[in-house]
Amino acid sequence: MQLNDLYKEIILDHYESPHNRGRPPHADIEAEGSNPLCGDDVEVYVALDGECLKEVHFDGSGCAISLAAASMMTEVLQGKSREEVRQISDQFKAMMHGEDVALPEELEDLESLKGVANFPLRVKCALLPWVTLEHGLANEDAGQRVSIEVE
Amino acid sequence: MEVNFDVHAVRQDFPILGTQVHGKPLVYLDNAATSQKPQAVIDSLVHFYTRYNANVHRGIYTISEQATAAYEEARAKVARFINAPSPECIIFVRNTTEAINLVRYAWGSDNVGADDEILISEMEHHSNLVPWQLLAQEQGADLRFLRVNNEGRLMLDGFDVLITEKTRLIAVTHVSNVLGTVNPVKGIVKKAHKYGALVLLDAAQSVPHMPVDVQDIDCDFLAFSGHKMMGPTGVGVLYAKPHLLKSMRPFMGGGSMIRKVMLTESTWADVPQKFEAGTPNIADVIALGAAVDYLSELGMESVREHELQITQYALDKLREVSGIKLFGPWELQTRAGVISFVLDGVHPHDIAQILDSEAVAVRAGHHCCQPLMRRFNVPATARASFYVYTTEQEVDALVQGLHKAQRIFGHAVERSL
Repeated sequence: MQLNDLYKEIILDHYESPHNRGRPPHADIEAEGSNPLCGDDVEVYVALDGECLKEVHFDGSGCAISLAAASMMTEVLQGKSREEVRQISDQFKAMMHGEDVALPEELEDLESLKGVANFPLRVKCALLPWVTLEHGLANEDAGQRVSIEVE
Repeated sequence: MEVNFDVHAVRQDFPILGTQVHGKPLVYLDNAATSQKPQAVIDSLVHFYTRYNANVHRGIYTISEQATAAYEEARAKVARFINAPSPECIIFVRNTTEAINLVRYAWGSDNVGADDEILISEMEHHSNLVPWQLLAQEQGADLRFLRVNNEGRLMLDGFDVLITEKTRLIAVTHVSNVLGTVNPVKGIVKKAHKYGALVLLDAAQSVPHMPVDVQDIDCDFLAFSGHKMMGPTGVGVLYAKPHLLKSMRPFMGGGSMIRKVMLTESTWADVPQKFEAGTPNIADVIALGAAVDYLSELGMESVREHELQITQYALDKLREVSGIKLFGPWELQTRAGVISFVLDGVHPHDIAQILDSEAVAVRAGHHCCQPLMRRFNVPATARASFYVYTTEQEVDALVQGLHKAQRIFGHAVERSL
C-alpha cells in the first residue's frame, strides 16, 4: 500500500482545479449524494439532449478522492449516451472493487483512481459521485432534486 | 502538581506500543475513541479464562465463588474509583450508550411526561442526544439545547432561560469528545437541583483522564465506558444515586434480575442485580477492575497532570503549523487531551490517510457529533487525543505528518497557479 498510488498528481490536479464544478443555470437532473459518516457531500447536475448527457456538472465538499473522482466523472461523461454511461459506470465500479479492467484511452484519467481499490475505506469516496449520478438518472421522472445517502 | 510516573516506564506496560505499522513505530493518538490496554488487563482476561471461568451468583462450587467474588470486587473498585457511596450504585452495562439508554427507559419512561422538558447541549455525542430525542418523541416532551460559543464552551448565560419548573433532566457531557472542553458540571448540577431537575453526566471522556468524585459533583447519573480507560471493550458503567436505582423500573427482564417468578408476574431482585439481567460480561468486568487498579496506581491527579502537559506541548507545536485551525478552549485548565483541527486545502480524511502512512493514528470525521460539526460549519475535523503513554516525540511525529500532508497537497497548489 503506497501513498503514491492514492495521491497521484492527476488526482491532486483535479482536486485543486476541478473541472465542471458549480451549479449550472439549467439542469434536467439534479442529484445529491452524501456520506453522513464522513460528511462528504456531492451534487451532480445533468443537462440532457435526448438520449445523451449533454453536460455534466458537480458541486459539493469532500476529500481529495471524492472531489477528484467527481471532476473526472463529469469530464469523461460529457456527450455520452445513457448506454455508454452505464457501461463506463460499471467498468469504474468493477475497477474500484479490485477487478482488472482495461479502460479505453479516452478514459485514462479514470484509470488514475485504480490505486484507491487498495484502500478499502476510501473506495466509497471514489464511488460517491457515480452512485449519485446513477440515482439521479434512475429517478429522472421525479422532476425535482433527489438525494441518496451512502455509507 | 507533579507527574508521579515515568511515561517511558508506563509505555513498557502496553505491548501494542512496541509494535510497528508500515515499518514505523505505532503512534497512537486516537485515545478518545478507545485506549490501549496494559499487560495487567490482558493478563486478567487470560487468568480468568484459564483458572476460574464460571458463571456468577449461582454456583455452589469453588471457581464460581471465585468468579463471583472477583466480579463483585470489580464493582467495589469502580465505586471507590469515582467515590460512589456504595458498590450497589454501580451497574455494569455494555458501554456509555447502554448506560444512557438504561436511564432513558428505566427512569425516563416514568419521570418525563407530556410537556416536560429535557435540557441537553449542542456538543453532545450522539449517544447522549439520540436517546433523548426518542424519549421526547415518545412522551411528547420538549428537548432544549444549551448552545456552544465560538471557543467551544457551553453558553451558560442562557441557562436561566432554558431551565424551568418543567425541566426533568439535564443530560450533558463532562468533557467534549471533539473540543476537549471540560464543562463546569458542579455548577450545572447545583442549578438543576434548585429547579428539581436531575442531572446525567456523560463521563466517557472524563473518568479515564481525571479524578471524578460523584459525591462532590452531586450528579444523579453518570455514565462511562471501560474500554476508554484501559479496560476491555464490552463493559460500561452506570452510576446512579441509590434512591433512584431503588425506585426505577427494571431495564431488561430475564434471569438474575428477579426474586420470584410466577407465570404471569414477577418481583425484582435488589439493586444492582435488578439492572443486570442475564449472564453478565464477567471476564471483562473483572479486567476493568484490573484497569482501575492500574490507573489508581498511577494516580488520577498525575494522569491529569501528564495530559495537561502533553496537551500544552501539542497546542504550542500545532499552532506553529501554517493554515491550521484548532478547535476548543484556549485556556489549558478547562480542556482535556483532545485536539480537533482542520488544515487549509487538505480534507480531514486525507490528513488521516497521510498520517497513517507515517503510522500516526488519528481520527477524521464527525466524531459522532454531527450537530456540533454544523455549529462550527465544518463537514469533519481531524482529531488527536492523548493518554498517559503519549510522549512529546509522538506529538512531533504528528506535526511532521501534517507537514508531509501539506507537501503532498501544496505541490498541487503550486502547479495549478
